[in-house]
Amino acid sequence: MSTDPFLQIRTVGKCFGEFTALRDINLSVNKGEFVCFLGPSGCGKTTLLRIVAGLEVQTSGEIWQGGRDISRLPPALRDYGIVFQSYALFPNLTVADNVAYGLVNRRQPQAEIRKRVSELVALVGLPGSETKYPGQLSGGQQQRIALARALATSPGLLLLDEPLSALDAIVRVHLRQEIKALQQQLGVTTIMVTHDQEEALSVADRIVVMNHGVIDQVGTPLEVYREPATPFVAAFVGKVNVLPARIVAGELHLGALRLPAPGGDRDVRVYLRPEDILARPIADGDPHVFEATISKIEFLGSFCHVQVASPALPQPLVVYLSLNFLSEQSLATGSTVRLRLLAERLKVF
Amino acid sequence: MAAAQPLGRQTAGKPLTQKAHWTDWVGHGALTLVVLVLIAFLALPLAAILVQAVQGREGEFVGLRNFVAYARTPALLESLWNSIWVSSLVTLITVPLAFVFAYALTRSCMPFKALFRGITLIPLLAPSLLSAISLIYWFGNQGVLKEVLNGLGVEQIYGATGIVIAECFAVFPHVLMILVTALSLSDARLYEAADAMGTSAARRFFTITLPGAKYGLISAASVAFTLVITDFGIPKVIGGNFNVLATDVFKLVIGQQDFARGSVVALLLLLPAVITFGVDGYVSRRQTAMLTARAVPYTPKPARRFDAAMTVYCGVIAVLVLAMLGMAIFASFASFWPYNLTPSLRHYVMGLVDAEVGVGFVNSLTVATATAVFGTALVFCGAYLLEKTRGAGPLHGVMRLLAMLPMAVPGLVLGLGYIFFFNEPANPLNSLYHTITLLTLCTIVHFYTTGHLTAVTALKSLDAEFEAVSASLKVPFWRTFRRVTLPICTPTLIDIARYFFINAMTTISAVVFLYSPETKVASIAILNLDEAGEMGAAAAMAVLILIASSIAMGLFTVLAWWANRRTQAWRVR
Repeated sequence: MSTDPFLQIRTVGKCFGEFTALRDINLSVNKGEFVCFLGPSGCGKTTLLRIVAGLEVQTSGEIWQGGRDISRLPPALRDYGIVFQSYALFPNLTVADNVAYGLVNRRQPQAEIRKRVSELVALVGLPGSETKYPGQLSGGQQQRIALARALATSPGLLLLDEPLSALDAIVRVHLRQEIKALQQQLGVTTIMVTHDQEEALSVADRIVVMNHGVIDQVGTPLEVYREPATPFVAAFVGKVNVLPARIVAGELHLGALRLPAPGGDRDVRVYLRPEDILARPIADGDPHVFEATISKIEFLGSFCHVQVASPALPQPLVVYLSLNFLSEQSLATGSTVRLRLLAERLKVF
Repeated sequence: MAAAQPLGRQTAGKPLTQKAHWTDWVGHGALTLVVLVLIAFLALPLAAILVQAVQGREGEFVGLRNFVAYARTPALLESLWNSIWVSSLVTLITVPLAFVFAYALTRSCMPFKALFRGITLIPLLAPSLLSAISLIYWFGNQGVLKEVLNGLGVEQIYGATGIVIAECFAVFPHVLMILVTALSLSDARLYEAADAMGTSAARRFFTITLPGAKYGLISAASVAFTLVITDFGIPKVIGGNFNVLATDVFKLVIGQQDFARGSVVALLLLLPAVITFGVDGYVSRRQTAMLTARAVPYTPKPARRFDAAMTVYCGVIAVLVLAMLGMAIFASFASFWPYNLTPSLRHYVMGLVDAEVGVGFVNSLTVATATAVFGTALVFCGAYLLEKTRGAGPLHGVMRLLAMLPMAVPGLVLGLGYIFFFNEPANPLNSLYHTITLLTLCTIVHFYTTGHLTAVTALKSLDAEFEAVSASLKVPFWRTFRRVTLPICTPTLIDIARYFFINAMTTISAVVFLYSPETKVASIAILNLDEAGEMGAAAAMAVLILIASSIAMGLFTVLAWWANRRTQAWRVR
C-alpha cells in the first residue's frame, strides 16, 4: 500500500431537490487501500459511491482518479469494477459468459478469454462452475461470480455496494474475509459501502463514518473504535453506555465518581464501552471502583451482557462478563459485584 | 472543514452535468425517433381535432360556437343521453354478473374452471359486433326466437334493447379479466386470521373480499362504461333508429361532412375515456400498495353446495356465450336464412370470394401481421429506451406521456384525427392516407398503451443495475439489450405481439375512417355487408375473423413454447 492519493473526492455535494444528500465531502484514498463507507441507511454513503462510479452526478465538487479529473465523465469512460447488493448477474448467461462480459468487448482471442475466465472463477473459489447459470448458484456463490466479473478487466478501482447484506450471517462473515484476502492479493484499491460496523471493522484499512450527508470521522478501525471523533461515531460503532455527567472545576462528576477533566463547567455525556468496565483484576486502592447490583443477565454464550445498577452511578450500565466469571463467583440477578472503570477509555462529549 | 461554501466553478452557474458518452447519443437519438413517431401519429392528429372543433366552415376561428350549436341541436343531445344511459345500464348489468363469475373462478373449487374461462374469453377473438349479428339471427325480424321477444313485451330487437344485450356480451370478457385479476390479489393470511376469530362467511366477504376487490370493481366499471360509449360497431348493426354518440360522429363526418360538429362529438367521447384513464391510474397506484410481497395466495377449499351453485351459474353464462357464438357460425353456413338451413359454403364463396370482399380478409391479415411485428418492435424499443437510458432530459417525460395517452383516446376519435391530419393536402405525410401502412400505424398507436405497460412491467422486473454493470465493463447498451434484455423478455414480446395481432384483426373504430376500397379490412367489410343487407356474408366474415384469430392464438402459443425452450433454459434450476 503506497501513500499517493489514487482517488480524491474534493468538496463534493449532492442535492436531490431540496434535500441535501451530501455536503462538502473531502476524502483521499491511497492506492491499494481498502476503505469502507460506514453509516446508517440514508447517510449518503451509497450516493457517494454512485458518484464515484458516475451513476449519479454530484451537484458540486470534483472527483480525481489516478491523476485524471473524472468529475464529468460517464461511467463507461471511468476505470472501475462494481459489485451490487443484488449481484446484478445476467440470469440468462452462464457463469463463464457473465465473467467474460467485459472481456468480449475488448476483441481478445477466444482462447485467451476462456483462460482468463477460468483463472478468475478459480480466484473466487468456484472452479468448474463456468457452465452453470446464476440461478443454479447460492447467494454467496453468485456474489463471488459478480466479484469475478467486476475484476475481469483488471480495473484500477473496485466498488462494492453493500455486497454482503443480501447474504445470511454465516456466509457473510466467511465471504468478507475472502474479499479482504483477495483485495490484498490483487492490491486493487477498494471502496466498500456497508451499514454493518462489524463488517467495516474487520476488513477496512480505513473507515469513513458518515451521518446525515457529512463525514464524521475518517480513521483506521482501531482509531474509529477507540477514539471516536463525535458522539455519533461512538454510538454507531460498537456498543456503548451513555451516561449524563457534569464537569465542575476541572473535575468530572459522574454520579459519585470523580475523574480529572479539562475545560470549563458544563453538562456533558460520558461514553463508556461495556468492555472498559472490568470485574477483575481489582487491586486494593484502585480508584474508580464501585459496587453494583446485577439487575439483568442476557446470556449470549461465552460472554453475557450484564446490566448493573449502582448507587454510585446516575443510571444502569451494561458490562460484558464471561460465563466462567459469573459461575465462578456464583453471580445471578440480584448479586452484588465490584467493578472498575478504565478511566483512560472514557470519552466525554 | 474550512470551506462552508463548496468551492469550484460548478457552484457559480448551472448544475453540473455529465458528459455524454457517444453511446448515450445513440440512445437519445433512438428515443427521439420513437417520440417523433408518436407525435406524428398521435399528438398531431389529436391536435387536428381540437383545431377543427374551434373552426367554422371556412376554416375561421369561431371559439366555442360549434359547441353551442351542438348544445342547441335536440337530436344530438338525445344521442348524448342515449349513450349515457345505455352505457350505464350495460355497466350495471355486466359488472355484477362478471364479479360472480370471477368469484367462482378464483374462490371456489368448481370443476371445469379453465373451460368456463376459455369459453367466456372467446368473444375477444371476434369483432364486438359479432354478438349484434347473432342477436339479429336470434331475435331479429326473421329471428328464430322473435316470438319469445314479443311475448316479453319488446316489439323488436333493433334499438336500445339490442344494443344493451349485445354490448353485455361484448364487454363481459374485458370486465371479467379485470375482476379475475383483482380477486386473485388476495392474501390468504387475512382469511386465516378471520377464521381464527370465528368470523362469519358473510362478514368475511364484506370486510375482506369486497374491500380487496374495490379498486378492481371501480376499474372494471369505468372500463365497461368507456367501451360501450365509444363502441361503434354494435349500435351501427343493431341500433336501428336509436342514435348514440359514436354513430353520430360517423354520420356527421362521413355522411354530412360536418367536420366541426363531428369534432365536438369526438371531444365528448374523449371525456369518459380520459376520466377512466384517471381513475385507472389512481386505482393502480392504490392497488399495488395493498399487497405486500409477503402475501400468501388464497387457495379455496371445497364446499359442495357453493361449488355446485357456482358451476350452474357459470354453466348458464357459458351456454349463453356459446349460443351467441354458435348462432353466428350456424347462420354463416345456412344456405338461405330462414327458409333453407342446409349447411353450405354459399356465403363464404358467393358472398365473400365472388363479391370480391375476400380481399378485405387478406388486408386484415396483412395489417394484423404488420401491427404485431412493427408494433411490438416500436413498443418494446420505446419502453426500453424510456426505462433503461438516462440523461435525455425532458425527452423521458414527453415519451412517458405519449405512451400513456392512447389509452385515453377512443379509436373513433383517433381515426377522426387521422382524417383531419393526413387528409390535409398540405401534409407531407398525405400520401399515406388510405394506405395499409397508415391503417397499421393507426392500429399500433390505438393499442400502444397496453403493450407499453406490459413491456414496462417486464423491464422493471429486471435488475436495475444491469445497465450500470454494463457501463462499468464498457459494454455499449445495445449489446446488453441484445444479449440480456431481449432474451429475458422474449415471452413478453410474444404476449405483446399476440395482443396487437388479435386487436388488429377485430378492431373497427379507428380504421372505419381510413380505408379505401382497395385497403378495406375484414372487420369493416362486415359493416358494409350488413349495410347492404348481406347478413349471411357478414356473419361469414365475422366467423372467418374468429377462426383466423383462434389459429393465430394457437400459433402464438406454439411460438411461446418454442421461444421458452430456446431462451428461458436458465430458469430451470
